[in-house]
Amino acid sequence: MFFLSRLHRHPAFVLGMREVSPQSPGIAAWGLMTGVAMVKSGMSVFEASAMTLLVFAGSSQLAAIPLIVAGAPAWVILATGFCVNLRFVVFSLHLRSFLIHLPRWQRMLHGYLTADISYVLFVRKYAHPAETAEGRLEQEAYLAGNDFLNWLSWIVASFVGIALANLIPTSWGLGFAGILCLLGIQCSLASSRMRMLSSAVAGAAAVVAYSLPLKLNIVVAIAVAVILCLTVEKIRPAPGGQA
Amino acid sequence: MNGTDLWTLAVIVGLALVTVLTRSFFFISSKSWQLPHWAQRGLQYAPIAALSAVVVPEIITVQGVLISTWQDARIFSAVVGAVVYFWRRDVLLTIVAGMAVYLPLHLGLGW
Repeated sequence: MFFLSRLHRHPAFVLGMREVSPQSPGIAAWGLMTGVAMVKSGMSVFEASAMTLLVFAGSSQLAAIPLIVAGAPAWVILATGFCVNLRFVVFSLHLRSFLIHLPRWQRMLHGYLTADISYVLFVRKYAHPAETAEGRLEQEAYLAGNDFLNWLSWIVASFVGIALANLIPTSWGLGFAGILCLLGIQCSLASSRMRMLSSAVAGAAAVVAYSLPLKLNIVVAIAVAVILCLTVEKIRPAPGGQA
Repeated sequence: MNGTDLWTLAVIVGLALVTVLTRSFFFISSKSWQLPHWAQRGLQYAPIAALSAVVVPEIITVQGVLISTWQDARIFSAVVGAVVYFWRRDVLLTIVAGMAVYLPLHLGLGW
């Protein structure tokens, strides 16, 4: 949303950029690695560039790459991307009251551009939606500035990765860095015993069901893990219903 | 040079729509509405399940067949990566440490 002058001329826009800047090297390193992983896994430079510019979601990109390379059907790839992105659905519930006063296309553009780090920084800074029009504009400008630097770091680094990838032999196995990145995000989500159960069940089920055609083992594994966790919750409710 | 095909490009456009849909899910409509309870609970478990379903077979199988040797660089790399994550809580360090184990074993010993 950085192209709207009411946002990028607002002082909170620069503040948003400044507060995300310490995270910028980390975002860039992740983008660089995703760029390398896309090309090293067999995507063309054009496909990898289109993915960088359009999808703009590292974890769903990395999860989609092995499925695309294996020729999984589109719906399986999209369903996997959707599940990996479900955390954003939770974020959107939180951001709703901050953005709902805007026209729909502006809300959706803000939503599209707000990735993990921007969401965390935004809700840490603003606990409640502003009461006044100026306050709402300030919050929106902060989010836009934060999103802008995050977007820029990600996109530039991804393109550098795509450019460098062809200089590195595939036999080095650098694509594995993408799996390690997903593993790190997976660990970051393992915040409760029930989530660890979900992770363990899904991992085991994905291996057991691997021989299913069309990479359906992924869908089966997610379904088995979620159903099992919901069942365990029913039988033995967690204290306070927290997970 | 890898080839470009239309099917992959269509999937990429689809994934972009998935990004828009998930990131703005609850404010696409300005009407107030609620997810059913079971779906709200399911949101707690689906993301980690999806990641695990993609990641685990990439670490402990070769094309779906469980590896039969411990001499596989991926296992050591993943274990070190996970330990480093829980030690420092940093995804970037997880990648760096994991690759620092993976590359010498993979390139040096051919695991």
